[in-house]
Amino acid sequence: MQELSLNVLDIAQNSVRAKASLVTITVAERSTDHFLEISIADNGCGMTPEQVARAMDPFFTTRTTRKVGLGISFFKLSAESTGGSFDIQSTLGVGTVTTARYHTDHIDMLPIGDMNATILSLISMNPQMDFVYQRSLDDNSFTLDTRELKAVLEDVPLNSPEVVQFIKETLEEGEAELTAQNT
Amino acid sequence: MKSLEELKAIRDRAKANVHLRKENAADNIRVVVGMATCGIAAGARPVLAAFTEEVAKRGLENVMVTQTGCIGLCQYEPIVEVYQPDGKVTTYVKMTPDKVDRIITEHLVNGKVVDEYTIGSVGNL
Repeated sequence: MQELSLNVLDIAQNSVRAKASLVTITVAERSTDHFLEISIADNGCGMTPEQVARAMDPFFTTRTTRKVGLGISFFKLSAESTGGSFDIQSTLGVGTVTTARYHTDHIDMLPIGDMNATILSLISMNPQMDFVYQRSLDDNSFTLDTRELKAVLEDVPLNSPEVVQFIKETLEEGEAELTAQNT
Repeated sequence: MKSLEELKAIRDRAKANVHLRKENAADNIRVVVGMATCGIAAGARPVLAAFTEEVAKRGLENVMVTQTGCIGLCQYEPIVEVYQPDGKVTTYVKMTPDKVDRIITEHLVNGKVVDEYTIGSVGNL
C-alpha cells in the first residue's frame, strides 16, 4: 500500500464483512513526540483468540477462495517498520479493535495519505452502516458521525449524490481547520 | 464549518425530487468495483470515486455503483464489472480514473462496450 489511508480502507472492509453496524476510525497525531496512532474499532462478529493469533499470519484467511490474506499483515508491517507497534483486541460476538502505532520521524514512515477519500468511500458504499471518524492533531480534533447526519436526513439515503458531496466538503473543511489551527 | 441546516436543505430537496432512485428497477445497470486488499493496493479507490462522482454529475439514475471483494484475478486489478439489465456482464481490467469517463459515455450511456479495456483484450499477463 502506498499510503496508510489505503490500509485503513482495507482493514475497515473486514469490519464490513464482520457485519458491523458501527465502525469507529481514529487517527491521532502528536507532532511533538512524532507519534501517530490509527485505530479501527467495530461491533462486528469478532474473533476467537486463536483466530486473532492467526490473523497476523499472511497465509491465514477465513475465505475459501484463496489461501492468502494480506490485509492485516500489510497494516502490521507498516507500523512495525517504523519501530511502532500493532495489536488486535477482539471478542467473539462483541467486536474487534485494530490499533497501529507509528514513529512518524522514522525513515520508513508512509504518508497518512488521503484519509478523507477512504472515509468517503466507506460511507458511500455502506450507507446502511454507521461510521465515526475522529481525527486529531495535538490538542485539536475533528469528528464526523454518520448517526448525527442520519438523524437530520430521515429517510434520505446517506449515499445520495448531494449528501455525499456535503460529507466530502465537511471532511475537507475539518481537515483544513485541523492543520490551520496547528500552524 | 458545514452546518446541519445545510444538510436539512439537502434533505428537503431530495424529498421533493420525484425521480427517486429505484433500488431494484429492471433497467438498472450495476457497476461493481473490486475493493479487496489486491484492488485497493492496485488503485481501486480513485476508480471507485471517479465512477460515483461522474454518475452523480451526469444524474444517471439507473446506474448503481457498488463494491465487491476479491474475485481471484488479482494481477488484473483494479477490476470493474458492469452488469447490464439483460444479464450481460463485462469485465474491465487494469482500470484507472482516466478510463472511467469513456466507459460511462460509451458503455453505460450508449450501450457499447469499450472493448480495448476489457479482460478479453489484454491477453495473458
